[in-house]
Amino acid sequence: MRAIDYVAPTSLSEAVSVLSAHGDRARPLAGGTDIIVQLRGGRRELDVLLDAKTIPELNQIELTDSGLRLGAAVPCYEIYQNQAVAAAYPGLIDAAGLIGSIQIQGRASIGGNLCNAAPSGDSIPPIITLGGEAHINGPNGWRAVAAEDFCTGPGRSVLEAGEILVGIQIPAPVANSGTAYLRFIPRNEMDIAVAGVSSSVVLDASGQTVQSARIALASVGPTPILATAAGDSLAGKAVSDDAIAEAGRLASEAASPITDMRGTIRQRHHLVDVLTRRTLNIAIRRARGEE
Amino acid sequence: MTTANQVLSEVEYEVVGKRPVRPDGVDKVTGRAQYGADLELTGLLHARVLRSPHAHARINSIDTSRAEALAGVRAVVTAADLPFAALSREDLSNDYNRFKFLSDNFLASDKALYRGHAVAAVAAENAHIAEAALDLIDVDYEVLEPVIDVRAAMQDGAPLLHDDLVHTSAMGEISDKPSNVASYMKFDKGDTAAGFANSDVIVEREFTTASVHQGYIEPHNATAHWRADGQINIWCSTQGAFVVRANTADVLRIDVSSVRVTPMEIGGGFGGKVTFYLEPVAALLSRKAGAPVKVLMSRTEVFEGSGPAPGSWMRVKMGADSAGKITAAEIELAFEAGAYPGSPVMQGATCAFACYELENGTVEGYDVVVNKPKTAAYRAPGSPQAAFGVEQVVDELCQKLGVDPVEFRLNNTVTEGSRKVEGPVFQKIGLVECLEAARNHEHYRSPLEGSNRGRGIAAGFWMNRGFHSSVNMTVNPDGTVNLIEGSVDIGGSRASIAQQAAETLGIAYDEIKPQVVDTDSIGFTMVTGGSRTTFATGWAAILAAEDVKQQMVQRAASIWDVPVEDVEYDGGEIRHKSEELSFTFKDLARQLYTTGGGITGTASLDPTGEGNSFGVHLVDVEVDPETGKTEVLRYTAIQDAGKAVHPSYVEGQIQGGAVQGIGWALNEEYYFGDNGQMMNSSFLDYRMPTSLDLPMIDTVIVEVANPGHPYGVRGVGEVPIVPPLAAVANAVGHATNQRLTSLPITPGSVLEATL
Repeated sequence: MRAIDYVAPTSLSEAVSVLSAHGDRARPLAGGTDIIVQLRGGRRELDVLLDAKTIPELNQIELTDSGLRLGAAVPCYEIYQNQAVAAAYPGLIDAAGLIGSIQIQGRASIGGNLCNAAPSGDSIPPIITLGGEAHINGPNGWRAVAAEDFCTGPGRSVLEAGEILVGIQIPAPVANSGTAYLRFIPRNEMDIAVAGVSSSVVLDASGQTVQSARIALASVGPTPILATAAGDSLAGKAVSDDAIAEAGRLASEAASPITDMRGTIRQRHHLVDVLTRRTLNIAIRRARGEE
Repeated sequence: MTTANQVLSEVEYEVVGKRPVRPDGVDKVTGRAQYGADLELTGLLHARVLRSPHAHARINSIDTSRAEALAGVRAVVTAADLPFAALSREDLSNDYNRFKFLSDNFLASDKALYRGHAVAAVAAENAHIAEAALDLIDVDYEVLEPVIDVRAAMQDGAPLLHDDLVHTSAMGEISDKPSNVASYMKFDKGDTAAGFANSDVIVEREFTTASVHQGYIEPHNATAHWRADGQINIWCSTQGAFVVRANTADVLRIDVSSVRVTPMEIGGGFGGKVTFYLEPVAALLSRKAGAPVKVLMSRTEVFEGSGPAPGSWMRVKMGADSAGKITAAEIELAFEAGAYPGSPVMQGATCAFACYELENGTVEGYDVVVNKPKTAAYRAPGSPQAAFGVEQVVDELCQKLGVDPVEFRLNNTVTEGSRKVEGPVFQKIGLVECLEAARNHEHYRSPLEGSNRGRGIAAGFWMNRGFHSSVNMTVNPDGTVNLIEGSVDIGGSRASIAQQAAETLGIAYDEIKPQVVDTDSIGFTMVTGGSRTTFATGWAAILAAEDVKQQMVQRAASIWDVPVEDVEYDGGEIRHKSEELSFTFKDLARQLYTTGGGITGTASLDPTGEGNSFGVHLVDVEVDPETGKTEVLRYTAIQDAGKAVHPSYVEGQIQGGAVQGIGWALNEEYYFGDNGQMMNSSFLDYRMPTSLDLPMIDTVIVEVANPGHPYGVRGVGEVPIVPPLAAVANAVGHATNQRLTSLPITPGSVLEATL
């Protein structure tokens, strides 16, 4: 590993100016659970690491009537230990609580998970199904990008030279809604998803009919995937095993997996179907207040 | 559900069989224990190894000049620096291949035979410079087609790893053309064909197992200082300092007395640190640089550049009559040796049917080179693979006959006097007692309820080893005893050896101060491996203690001025027959320096009678029919320990072996890309089980005393990894109604079989 400069900016403008000066030779460091590993493994080369933990805006977690503003560098444990956030967004907690180990969760951030743009990023599908929006600052000011549009390929995102992800805005949960995330791993911890699915539903007041649904997939394509047809297929339908099975089938169709050491194409299509059905059932129970 | 560990004892002793605190415990839990990576020496340089990115390639040339020119680089070595480079075929004669293979696995000369094969090394002022210098070494490779599967490597026309490797057939014929088959063996007993003809039911299946790694948590490391006077000092993580000494001297063509090896604390070995990779390379770098050199492996280097356990292919056929007696059995085993000959196929062959009384049996084995790292020992080498096949076929025979799998095994079990297929006759053994303990266990007697669940049972065998050990014991004036040994302590052997010394001397365990020392400071001691250490080094401690006792008796006789025959040593006291004169051990110890000098007892031995070990494992699993994932619900491991010297450490060995076996069964494998490169060389994707993947492993220690040891001890470290592969496969088979014959039984493979 080569020597690199470490910069700890105390303001967003300072961060943007450092990033602008170094282009793709500089990158923010939040928990470092991906980037340090990549640097040590020779999979990435940088001149400058810019500490995101010293920039105030990136470290705030704020729950208001308009939703959750999650600073990009806030570590997972701060999210799931915040009882109000945990109660409002159990689907996000599903992911925050299973990334790596407890030690990793003490450092790793949701913003970092998004910027790392791994197809397997566990927190990205629930951010997508919850309608999350990435708030980006850069040399040209602010812009917002829907979570499902943020990743553009394995390890690649919409961030341009000099830009930094400041936070993620998640809308306030509407009545009778529920979200869940499940991943499949061969072990019970410390693993990377063979496939992951988040489902989010809004039911009518009776809890018997789906008003709208969003389904997002991990590890089954070059980026996390919003399975639009699968989610839309449930809109207006009564909650039923058949409707859920159809959504599972459509989600499986939306996947475009590869065969690698973690799983095969066939296995991943199958798992998307299984996990879609399972997450929909959890999301429905949560929407009904049953869990 | 009861989940207590049980010890079914035959004989009770004062210290042996108790559970005292381990002598190295405080240092380890406080982080003070010194491992190889902790070592600091004045002027220490840091080295890194350049490894082949290709699984199979001819090395046309290596140019190290750019690396040597980098500021901070102090030495670069390649195979040209090893003595082999200067020796001709004539010089080495019949020793040519052996010596070439030994030398080439430290630094490749003409060919790189696996991805991760060491080709050069750099010592520099710090590790970062050494790493940067690796990029400046120019190796001209001619990439060749690799062969990584044992059956593919045996085919005519397969890429050849070695141009001159020929093997000798069972009939003594030397093959006329080179192949990847390094050796072939065959054992026969009775008339196998006739036995099958007399059977009412026959099961025949093929099995494969993947390459797996021991997964010790501490990577290989070595520090060497080649001093100006020609003496080489080595500090390393090894299971056997004397093996490092012997092989370092061998490959460097120097006298063993020029090499002193100090074994540091060891963070796991499981057989994989019987072999070593870095020590001679560090020594060569040190000689060139004129300074001590430390070299560490990364986890990826450990996976790619050290020895895994072999992948294998097996065909197993067994027949039984309607009364449930096995009439004949045969097995063909083909084991991957890795890049150089020497897989444990012989051990696999001799363990395969060891649990069964066979009148008719045939065993054939092939040792086959492939483009993978040279395999190394891993806990009962060869036996887990063989048991994976045989114990599943036995399970299927039981299904077809409709008999209970424990009763079937009891009906066919080996006992004292049974003759194995390859010849040896069993002495007193405890398989019957293990099977009875399984039958009587609450786990086995409780019904398995719930859907998608299955219960598996399997037995396993390991021969155990004796081998050389030495112990010196010095009596201190305060009545304590320094116990000096050469056995590296991996699993609590300082404690189990000190217990045997204390028992023999009749003094308290705390009065024994065990120390593991370097190769100049103790007599020849073989590796901590082969389940031999508590047996053989323990026995050396017993003999050294007897030597101390005899000298204490003589000293008392001389102090009292009485005939030595009238003095006896009894339970930590030295007494005259008159019963008027007596010393406690402490009293006499206090007077030694003023009554003729200190007392040192010594013993070196190479014992036989190591006593075989058997285990029987029970496992309940649940398989998720939608994902194929297997959850281990309950696990009970039963094993004959002869006498458990320190039951907690015996239980630790049993639990550790079971866990490694479960990992081997369910998830662990070297996953190779198209060009023979390992794709999952990290603990993220090489999936060993974590604590969250496992239930508590319950244990039952059965004690059938080994008549070949003073306290009845049998080795315990290896056999617990033998049954789990098949036990888990049998359980998954019952849960899914599918026989899974290829390891690992991953969720993906279960889905493929059941969807």
